[in-house]
Parts: sequence; structure tokens; C-alpha cells
Amino acid sequence: MDPRFIGQSVRRQEDDSLLRGTGKFVDDLDPHGLTHAAFLRSPVAHGRIRSIDTSFAAQVPGVIAVLTLADLRPVLTSDRLPVQFKSDGLPPNIGPYILAKEEVVYVGETVALVIAESRAIAEDAVALIDLDIEELDPVTGCQQAVQPGAPKAALDRSNNIYAQFDMGYGDVDQTFADAAHRVSLALVQHRGGAHPIEGRGVLAHPDPMSGQMTVWSSTQQAHEARGFLIELLGLDETLLRVRTPEVGGGFGAKYLLYPEEVSVTAASLLLGRPIKWIEDRREHFLAAIQERDQFWDVEAACDASGKLVGIRGTMIHDGGAYVPQGVNLAYNAATAVPGPYDLPNYKLSVQAVATNKVPTIPVRGAGYPEGTFVMERVLDALADAAGLDRIEIRRRNLIPVSAMPFSTPLKSRSGSGITYDSGDFHAMYEQALKEIDLDGFADRKAKAAQAGLLRGIGVACGIKGTGRGPYESATVRIGKSGKVTVFTGAMPMGQGLKTALSQITAESLGVDPGDITVVCGDTNTISLGLGGFASRQTVVAGSSVSVAAKAVRDQALHIAAGLFEADVGDIELVDGMARVKGTEIQTSLKELAKIAGGSPGYSLPTGVTPGLEATEYFMPTGLTYGMGVHAVELEVDAETGAVTLQRYVVVNDCGRAINPKIVVGQIHGGVVHAIGNALFEFMGYDEQAQPTTTTLADYLMPTAPEIPRIDVHLAEYPSPLNPLGVKGVGEAGCLPTAGAIVSAIENALGAKNNMIQRIPVMPQDLFQFIQQGKQSSAA
Amino acid sequence: MTNSAETLHTVALTVNDVPREGTCVARQNLADFLRHDLHLTGTHVGCEHGVCGACTVLVDGQAVRGCLMLAVQAKGRSVTTIEGLTRSDQELGVLQEAFSQHHALQCGFCTPGILMTLVEVLQDDPDPSEMALREALSGNLCRCTGYQNIIDAALAAAAALRQNQK
Ligand code: FES
Ligand code: FES
Repeated sequence: MDPRFIGQSVRRQEDDSLLRGTGKFVDDLDPHGLTHAAFLRSPVAHGRIRSIDTSFAAQVPGVIAVLTLADLRPVLTSDRLPVQFKSDGLPPNIGPYILAKEEVVYVGETVALVIAESRAIAEDAVALIDLDIEELDPVTGCQQAVQPGAPKAALDRSNNIYAQFDMGYGDVDQTFADAAHRVSLALVQHRGGAHPIEGRGVLAHPDPMSGQMTVWSSTQQAHEARGFLIELLGLDETLLRVRTPEVGGGFGAKYLLYPEEVSVTAASLLLGRPIKWIEDRREHFLAAIQERDQFWDVEAACDASGKLVGIRGTMIHDGGAYVPQGVNLAYNAATAVPGPYDLPNYKLSVQAVATNKVPTIPVRGAGYPEGTFVMERVLDALADAAGLDRIEIRRRNLIPVSAMPFSTPLKSRSGSGITYDSGDFHAMYEQALKEIDLDGFADRKAKAAQAGLLRGIGVACGIKGTGRGPYESATVRIGKSGKVTVFTGAMPMGQGLKTALSQITAESLGVDPGDITVVCGDTNTISLGLGGFASRQTVVAGSSVSVAAKAVRDQALHIAAGLFEADVGDIELVDGMARVKGTEIQTSLKELAKIAGGSPGYSLPTGVTPGLEATEYFMPTGLTYGMGVHAVELEVDAETGAVTLQRYVVVNDCGRAINPKIVVGQIHGGVVHAIGNALFEFMGYDEQAQPTTTTLADYLMPTAPEIPRIDVHLAEYPSPLNPLGVKGVGEAGCLPTAGAIVSAIENALGAKNNMIQRIPVMPQDLFQFIQQGKQSSAA
Repeated sequence: MTNSAETLHTVALTVNDVPREGTCVARQNLADFLRHDLHLTGTHVGCEHGVCGACTVLVDGQAVRGCLMLAVQAKGRSVTTIEGLTRSDQELGVLQEAFSQHHALQCGFCTPGILMTLVEVLQDDPDPSEMALREALSGNLCRCTGYQNIIDAALAAAAALRQNQK
């Protein structure tokens, strides 16, 4: 069957309501009797609570309740949230408190909540709660955290270490001894917050008629949220439903059940009123997860021809006050180092440690950008040491297509092996060089020099494991109305997932994708689901939908064949009809659904099973890996240190593209997020671990003028690991970005030896490098 | 609903060509007034401190941040929100249609503010350059799209609008 809808940039079914302003986000929901929540948050990074006096706050007209942990206890089964990803070897009791108990461990931690008739009143009342705290010494940085005698980030822990582990393979130390070239690097990487433009938000809505509590949340994980909520509140699946309205971006920050969601729901159970809490931007800075800092000290070696022989070193990750998903960030970063290159020996000792800062879980990219950056910096340094061209050294180390599928000796977080399933990395690399017009670079550089600007070029590669399991759910159903509906546990946050899933369904059922309804983020419509993380949804949910839609197709063909006394092979599904090919003999899917629905007391036709529907939980056997090459040209103003990106080329393997326009859009977004990480975004804290960047005027997200055109080319090397051949792209754009930009800056400055070892690269850092360069050339 | 201790003000204004009236306290900002009192939730709030641009609406034809203007300041003025761009029974307007064609929105949360900003930009300059558009959108944050498709949509809409003028 020729693809009819897969591979087409069909119109997104999400767009119309969003463009009219009628799409509903969580803060747009306004049920009768709605009340509003505001949180008292810890003003200090570390302290012991002496007392919380809520009496003044409770007297404010319009205040319904002022609640502390003790007040919520009657409806809670636990004071603390669990660690939400399975992680072996973590210390006990490291889940965040739903509201602080005796100790606060980061600025912004939830301490109490006020429920009031309006948000303004609730916020006013929060200011009247008298919180008496004895300040304790905070742990402000992860290097300090592991010093002997360092304060402890939380008093009930024996030390500040969440986990330490070694990763690697081969015999690095042996190979280092006789390597031709060796370099060492001390890299500091910072990734700030997720900052979807819609912050977090939750509305707990009890229904006295059904006795069911509905929790509307702006989340990436409806089913996971329900699972933890029923556990923490002692409810069951019939009593608690989680739904998501439109979700205004997530980028990792919403793949977590937070204290706010639990306490608002608990308060609603206690008070029997609907309660809404909407995070403001300041709260997003204070209390939504971040990815934060990694310090890498690595040595690398290559042979005389520039071929890598090994990398060894240490990495320490600032996990913050809690690591609600265990150590996946540090783990992913460590496994991402080899990337698309053939690295024969590798050894890394990793520590994930506690500080008194906001908890960490992955932001878009999930540790892969950091591992990728390390390898790209290593290659630049080795090229310089070996007197090789930086572009050439990458060519010499990329894994050749003849080695595909390529198994690295590493294991992914789930314990399965890491095998790159398909792709021609060299072909993609050469394509990127051609698209950026490497041959014309010298001319452009000369021209820029005439204008007093330093022009540089940088190329970097990365590879992202996508499509994490263990499964995603999908039911495809043709109802008696004739309507085709897809239900899934997958969770869109803006990607256009509904459109992509409708295309996959339409492919099998021969209906217009725009006529298919896709229901996501409603735990009452499908029993299981894992939601939106790890660039997984088109891969895993897409595959489930594909298999389920084919099963429904088979059912429909079977019924139609019986009806028309024709062969199944002679029936086609087109335009919502089942037709005997080449004839006018046809009937609608609606009629077929009615037949499959049966009539009371009568048998179904022979061989027909009840209902035109099928449910599938596709279980991938491993991650599918998509490689990306980024080539960037930029100019540096030697007077100011300002960097202007001029050209940006991406060649990215997405496997089979379901909707190319959507795929390219995902890559644009990922690249720009990572440009922010490379050049602008910095979440600052002072010596007391007080956040110093708590507005979008201080924390600089990329805006349109800083961003160049991004020229995206899709390479489509189908994955053998799923029926559609797709690979995920949600995070792909984030990986090689910083490596390419930093390499290009050094190239512009004519610098060698990895001058730049810290990202984001600030203009003031560059200005200093430029001044140092001038001094050393004058000396 | 408001704190009973605070004085309520009546705000009569025109919204999307329709006379509207609501009451609010003096500290209520225009975005919240539109969203929660007039139930026009198409205008979004992303930062409440004047940086993200999601709350942008037109006041007497000029783009204004709804989070930085008090509702009482809008007395007697004419406000246009995203809901006013197209009647519900009409096809999407040229700019909105270009956004869909060019995939200029993903989650759509920033979109109302960006559309309203662009309405003003295209009124003032029917033939903007790419760089002019990027500058004009420098006060609107979008975390999803990387801006390029927004710029392309705006350029396409400008061209289509010029064509319509002829
Ligand atoms: S909400 Fe008004 S500028 Fe962000
Ligand atoms: S489309 Fe999501 S923030 Fe712009």
C-alpha cells in the first residue's frame, strides 16, 4: 500500500482552536465554586522550622483555609513523595515532602498553602503567615558538597552523595600510556530550567454526583500522576481521574508529580471544593525542576592519525535538594559521551550529589547534551594537539556505516544494551559540510574581517537514544457513529502528536486525518500510559496506534468481505467507505461498526468479533538512535565579545518522518533551546543559595533577533526496531549545539587548546579571552 | 471575586467591537480582567512581569502588555484580543491561516501574544524584512518553535495581505 498520509505535512488538527483563542489550558477552566491556592515557600535555602503561625492569615476575609502538613495528614498516606523513577542504590528517605515538615532544604520549597476565594486574596494571606525558621548552613555547590566537613544538605542524610558509580569499558589506563597525543580538560556545564511559556498548574475538582475527584493538570504524565496520587491519597482508580487540557509546553519540567499537585488535591478532598493553583514565573524559577551543573575533569588520547584511543575522568552532578527521578541525568550524560564516534576505551567515575537548590530532573535533552559537549570538546582539543583539522578529526572517528548496527559496550538506564540501529553518519556529516558551504567559508571569513568581525565555523555531532519503553498504550475505535477515535496514554505538550497519530491511523483506515479524534491525557479513557518523555511518543505510541489501526482495518475488511461475499483482498478502505475494488459496491465504516456492535439477542455474523476496535501496547526492544550533525558559522565582535550566529545547518536522522513539517519544527525548537544553553541561559545563586535570576529579564531565553535561520535537512534511515521505522526528534536538536557553537567561537578567535571550557559562554568571558589573546600576542 | 475590603471599580470598555462592562479592584491587571472577569481566556499569561509577551492585546490599535496595564486604565478604550481576530463562524484570517500553513505554533501558548503583536506590525509596515520582523518580535518569547516558522508565517501573511490590497 502506498502511503497516503504518512510522510505528508498535513495540517495540524491542534491549530484551529489555538489560533482562535478557544483552546483551553488549565488556567482557562473555571468550574462553579472555584477557589484558589497560593503557597508559602521557604525563603531560605536551608533551615529548621521553629513554628508556623497561620492565625493572621486565616482571618483575612475570603480565606477559606490555611493548611500545613499536619492539616493535610488526614487524607495523606505519606508525608513524602516517592522517588518517581526506579533507581537502584539511592539512600533511603530522599523524596520531597508534600509540605515541609521540620526542615526546609531549598528556597521555594512548599511550606503551607492558603485556599481563598481569589488568587489575590490567597497571595495576600500567604504574606501574613508567620514562619519562624532557624537558618542552617546551606550546601551551595556540588564541589563543596563532597568536601570533608561540608554541611549536609538535609539533616536526616548521612552525607551529600545520592549515588556514585563507574561507567566504561576497555582498558583506558593501558592505552593512555602509549598514546601519541593526550589532552586534559576541566569542563563546567550549566543547564537551567525548562521554562515552557505556560507554567505548571493544577485544578482539583471533586464531583459530588460521582464521588470522583478529577485532577486537571498541565502535565506530561497523566497516568503516572494518577498512579502516584492514588497511592499518596489512599484512593483507587475509580475515585481519581487525571485529565490534561491543552498543555503549553513541558520540556521536562512537567514530567513529574510535584508537591503542589498533591497538596492541592489533598486540600480539595478535605474541603470538598474545587481548587486551582497556577504557577507564576517566579515560582517556576524557584520550584520547578532544573537540570543544573556538571563538572567534568577528563583526559583523552588519540593515536598519531587522530583516532581516539580513550577517554577517562570524573564527573560530578549537582542534583539539588532532591532527585525525584533518581540519577538518570548523570547516567544519561555519562552514556552519551561516546556519541556517534568509535571510542575504544572509556572510564568515568560519576557522583550525583545534594545541594540546597531546586530539585533536578531532565530538561529537554536529559543529560545527552552534556555528554555530547564533552566528546566534542575532546575532539577539538585532540585535533589541536595532533595538528589536525577539527573537521577532519571527526570524519576519522565517526562510526562507519559498515559497522551498523553498532553496539557500544555501555548499557542504557533500563539495563538494555546501547546499539545504534541504523544510519550513515559519514554521509550525513558530508551533507552538513556541503549545506553550510564549507568551501566558501574562507571567502566569508575574509569579508567579515574587512568589517572588523571575526568569523568562525564549527561542526559537531550527537546521537540521541529515543523511544523509551516499556510500552505505550493505544486504542483505535470506530464507534457506531462512524467516528474514528484514538485513545492513548501518550501526552502532547505542543508537538502535534494528535496530528501525527491521526495520520498513522488514517493510513490504515482510509479516513481523512482531520476527521479522526485523538484523546490524550485522560485516565478514564485508557487504563495505562507513560506519557511524554525521552523523545518517545511517535516511536512508541505511534507504533501502538499503527498496530491497533491495522487490526481494526482487518476487522472492517473481514465484515465487509462477508457482507459483499467478496474476498478480503478485494476490499479497500477509502474515504470512510469499504468498497469492492473497482466497483460501486460499498458501505460506510459506520455500517460496519453497527454490524460489529451487534443486536440484542442475535448472533454476530460468522467470524465477526464484537466491536470495531483494538488496543495495543507496543513494547520496543531497545532505544532507537537518531544521529544529528550541526554546522554553524558565527561572528565575534572583538570589541564587545558579542557573538552573532550567521548560518546554522542541521542534518538529523528521524527515521521515517510521519509529518516532515512537525519534525523540522521539533528540531528548530531543540536547537534554539540549546542555543540558549550555550550562550544565554544562566540560573544564578548567591553564596547562601538564594536564586538571583528569578525573572525572564535576568534569565535570558533566546528571542527572535539572536536566532539565525536554521536550515534543517532530514535524513531518513528507518529504524528496524518499530513497525513505522521512526526515530524520536523531540530532543535531538539540543545535543550538538553547544559543541558546534563553542568550536566556532574558538575558530573565529583563532584560539587553540580549548580556551572555552564553560557554558553558557558569556560575553564577559569572551571579552576576557580576547584581551588575554591580545596581551599574549603583544608580549 | 475580590477582597471585600478593597474598593470595586466599574470598567466599561469596548472589547472586540462589543461594549463590555465589569467590576474589579484597582490592582487588577488588564490580562486577568479579560481572562477571569470577561471570560476571554484566549489572552495568555506567561510571566506577569512584562517580558514574555504572551499577554499582548491591542488597546486602541496599539500592542500593549496586558499584565503591565491595569484594567481600570482601559476604561473607555477599545481592546482587541485574539478572540476578536476572527468570528467563530468565519474561516481563519490571513495571518492565522499562515501560522497553520507554516507550522508557526506548537503548544500555542505564546501564539495569542505573537499574533496580536504581528497585527500591529503588519499594519504599520505592510512589507517588513525578516530582520525587522525578528526585531518586532523580540518582546515575545516562544519556547517551542525557535521562531523561524513564525517569521516565515508573518512574511507569507504580509505578502498575502499586500496581494489582497491590490
Ligand atoms: S505575561 Fe505579560 S509579558 Fe509575560
Ligand atoms: S508555541 Fe509553545 S511557546 Fe510558542
